[in-house]
Amino acid sequence: MIAEWLDIGPVDQLPALGARTLPVQGGEEIAIFRTANGSVYALVNKCPHKHGPLSQGIVHDTTVTCPLHNWRISLITGEALGEDKGCVPVIPVKIDGGRILIGRAAALAGVM
Amino acid sequence: MMSNKPHLIVIGNGMAGCRAVEEILARDGDKFRISIFGAEPRVNYNRIMLSPLLAGEKSFEDIIINGHDWYQDNQIELVSGDPVVAVDRAKKTVTAASGRVEHYDKLLIATGSDPFIIPVPGHKLPGVITFRDMDDVGAMLEAANRGGDAVVIGGGLLGLEAAHGLSLRGMKVTVIHLMPTLMERQLDEAAGWLLKSALESRGQTILTGADTAEIYGEGKVEGVRLKDGRDIPATIVVMAVGIRPNTKLAKETGLAVGRGIQVDDDMVTSDADILAVGECVEHDGNVYGLVAPLWDMCRSLAAGLVAEPNGYRGSVTSTKLKVAGLDVFSAGDFSGGEGCEDIVLRDATRGVYKRVIVKDDRLVGAVLYGDTADGNWYFDLLKKEEDVSSIRDALIFGQAFASGGGLSANPIEAVAAMADDAEVCGCNGVTKGQVMACIGGGATSLDAVRAGCKASASCGSCTGLVENILAFAMGDDYAGERENKPMCKCTSFTHEDVRKAIIDKELKVIPQVMQALSWSTPDGCSSCRPALNYYLLCAWPGEHEEDPQSRFVNERMHANIQKDGTYSVVPRMWGGVTTPNELRAIADAADKYNARMVKVTGGQRLDLFGIKKEDLPSIWADLNAAGMVSGHAYGKALRTVKTCVGSEWCRFGTQDSTGLGIKLEQMTWGSWMPHKFKIAVSGCPRNCAEATIKDFGVICVDSGYELLIGGNGGIHLRGTDLLCKVSTEQEAMDYCAAFIQLYREEARYLDRTAPWVERVGLDYVKQRIVEDATGREALRSRFLYAQSFLQVDPWAERAAGKEAHLHQHIAEIRPFAVVGGR
Ligand code: SRM
Ligand SMILES: Cc1cc2nc3c(=O)[nH]c(=O)nc-3n(C[C@H](O)[C@H](O)[C@H](O)COP(=O)(O)OP(=O)(O)OC[C@H]3O[C@@H](n4cnc5c(N)ncnc54)[C@H](O)[C@@H]3O)c2cc1C
Ligand code: SF4
Ligand code: FES
Repeated sequence: MIAEWLDIGPVDQLPALGARTLPVQGGEEIAIFRTANGSVYALVNKCPHKHGPLSQGIVHDTTVTCPLHNWRISLITGEALGEDKGCVPVIPVKIDGGRILIGRAAALAGVM
Repeated sequence: MMSNKPHLIVIGNGMAGCRAVEEILARDGDKFRISIFGAEPRVNYNRIMLSPLLAGEKSFEDIIINGHDWYQDNQIELVSGDPVVAVDRAKKTVTAASGRVEHYDKLLIATGSDPFIIPVPGHKLPGVITFRDMDDVGAMLEAANRGGDAVVIGGGLLGLEAAHGLSLRGMKVTVIHLMPTLMERQLDEAAGWLLKSALESRGQTILTGADTAEIYGEGKVEGVRLKDGRDIPATIVVMAVGIRPNTKLAKETGLAVGRGIQVDDDMVTSDADILAVGECVEHDGNVYGLVAPLWDMCRSLAAGLVAEPNGYRGSVTSTKLKVAGLDVFSAGDFSGGEGCEDIVLRDATRGVYKRVIVKDDRLVGAVLYGDTADGNWYFDLLKKEEDVSSIRDALIFGQAFASGGGLSANPIEAVAAMADDAEVCGCNGVTKGQVMACIGGGATSLDAVRAGCKASASCGSCTGLVENILAFAMGDDYAGERENKPMCKCTSFTHEDVRKAIIDKELKVIPQVMQALSWSTPDGCSSCRPALNYYLLCAWPGEHEEDPQSRFVNERMHANIQKDGTYSVVPRMWGGVTTPNELRAIADAADKYNARMVKVTGGQRLDLFGIKKEDLPSIWADLNAAGMVSGHAYGKALRTVKTCVGSEWCRFGTQDSTGLGIKLEQMTWGSWMPHKFKIAVSGCPRNCAEATIKDFGVICVDSGYELLIGGNGGIHLRGTDLLCKVSTEQEAMDYCAAFIQLYREEARYLDRTAPWVERVGLDYVKQRIVEDATGREALRSRFLYAQSFLQVDPWAERAAGKEAHLHQHIAEIRPFAVVGGR
């Protein structure tokens, strides 16, 4: 049986208000974010605008500001906020027993 | 004890197990013969009260919920100190550790949770204690009697209560918390910071962002070592990092178990004759760690078992910290997000911070610090999902105010409704009547009111109110105030107000500024955070703690991000001069790290493009090894000092412009500023180094040095102004240092020197730098003092492993399909 969730590592490796990256061989790199109150989110690491690395942006509240041209992207929905239009895929992620688990199917989407 | 009533066996003599029995008895006292097995050798007590017990505020007698008489009166058999070790579902029996076997008709599992122990080296040493039951409290009290130091790992509710108790018992306590703020699950950053300062002022040491590497000691605990190398001696270590549902027995029995024992709305497990309740269960995907939800569960359980099922629907929870004198409350969701609106009230004098979060006209969360009187009211609004739009503006002031209905949405009307003796300015005790009288006496602007009656003249948090009174009193005649706009939408203060308050009130960290100046948002925004970070570092050289979350990516990574997410790396070339060795090292680095382009910049140095973030620490290590440091081509900082060849080679050169440029760069590099800062030195008025469009320019002439300021070659071209002429190199250096410091101390964040000079006027700068020799000298020495902390090469630190996580992936996924053959 193939597990539904992939264990990525301990949650304490994520800086608060920051992000770490998770390359997927043959697929899209994932950015895993941690907010001020410890919630964890994951998005494909590509801004819907011009593919800026969202993992390098400033995390604020439940949004990340892209480092290239300051689009604000919701960590919850992956949607660009404000006037900007666009969306980046959200990857399911959860914390269990201090470990980061990431949704297998979404993480491997596009890998063949 | 024989009877033909069905036999109900309860495993777990804790809070949920016994409450469930109480609820069953209340509905039908005769339905079951009841036995309770408890692992703890004592009657049912109130676990919540272990904290006051530890703190010496209560005795064990005080915290008993059900004593022996309760069991007797209700004919309940209590088997204490004998845990159940096995359940046989086919035979419907339980077996206890003693070997005793009992048959059940209905079984209720209420085994609670186990404290989570982080498996660091040394976690099994004697002296490592958890905080869950009476035995743990006993062990802590014994240690406290021996005296000594304690470390509490975990700055959540439980850990802080343990720390408080131990500190009241005379131990010196250090709390180690992994996250940057305390109780981050319940409190936002602002409240967490207030809590931390309050605990510190009570003598506890609180280390946030601290990760335990090991617990050390020979045969017993002697201390804790952190991953950053710090070492904290201790005779006991209390682990309070979290709990896990105790599902061991249920798992072995073959019941459906997820995070907890899975139950339906009537608390029935996957076996129709086995129920479960309390912290050990998972209902609808949720597990709970507080008692309120357990009470709801117990009611539904009893209803389902002996009366009409009412179906448990899950619970909303709220938290309070039980530490005397620290009023902390939180409920619901305060993570914010789309559609959420924060309403924040801060009262720095009373140490109060309140924040409510409203979404779609419903209250969804509340965080209260210092004044929790309205906690229950907010919690009630939240649970009932009441529409709060009609009381929206008064919500934050609490129930009494909001239901008084006295508030109007229009601030001017609200001011009109204020009583004459209502206090407007808390700092100076000025009433509305006095402000009105002052306006009546001819004060028609904020400054005039400040001068006349002192309202808004101190902390300034009533400024908005005073302006509203002006508008109310003067009607259309009131022109409005402050050509100086507030810093951002989080505050009504201007940049200048904030900088002044940072010095006057000795504010040292961002949350402190926000509290003292009544920030209207919980943690600021991406516009004020970097500004505050800069103002603090400028005000408190050497003392300020850097806040990396308040830095833009380039300043965090010490390299410039490019459109494809790679970085460019620019080593410093002092005054634009280089050597064959440096060039060789740059060429080697370009080869080794596959720089896709090497370009000569407009700032007279070389830029390596296309470097991957993973490679940054090693390319820096290589360049460092060749003697080069960061060029800060990123950052609000000194960028380059451009020079021309000057008197050393040029037939027109009047002075050693190259040498002066190098000296200036060596004096000024590393300095953080309101915006980027560029310097140039030209050897003669032909000005080959373009000194007339720099923030600070020098044009050498026969008789000395012309010092130029406020130039900008960027978006709005502005030629420099002549500051003055000096005759020696040393003077040129001194004036430069003083000018930079004046700019650092007085310009608004993100002002280049050009707009700043235009705003304050050239005369003002001349007066401060040229005419006031003592002031100039003071500025210069403040600059050099700050530099003694700032001239640390960020690359050397990173190359040595600092913040390594910024450069590494957390993990990598290699799908089977790609790896193949495995
Ligand atoms: C590399 C370089 C262009 C080049 O190939 O020559 C450059 C590259 C960038 N400049 Fe520049 N500027 C460079 C010299 C200049 C100069 C010329 C100079 O310094 O003599 C100017 C005009 C002089 C001035 O600043 O007054 C200049 C005026 C700007 C401006 C407009 C500033 C203004 O106040 O109007 C920006 C935008 C900003 O800072 O907000 C900018 C911003 C940028 C940024 C940081 C854009 C960005 O945000 O990514 C570019 C970074 C590229 C990178 O990753 O390295 N760059 N930039 C030059 C680096 C010099 C160095 O060695 O550090
Ligand atoms: C110090 C402290 C302070 C707290 N403060 C608060 C607070 O302020 N507010 C709040 O809402 N909550 C608070 N809590 C949490 C609250 O106490 C728990 O939510 C509650 O006790 C859970 O009840 P329970 O019956 O599920 O588990 P427990 O009360 O832990 O009861 C489970 C019992 O089952 C026993 N047991 C386990 N396995 C077996 C077995 N195999 N056989 C027999 N018996 C077994 C255990 O020994 C234990 O006695 C606090 C907890 C602690 C420790
Ligand atoms: S002028 Fe400066 S900011 Fe504009 S493209 Fe060139 S390097 Fe980039
Ligand atoms: S690529 Fe993200 S804002 Fe442009």
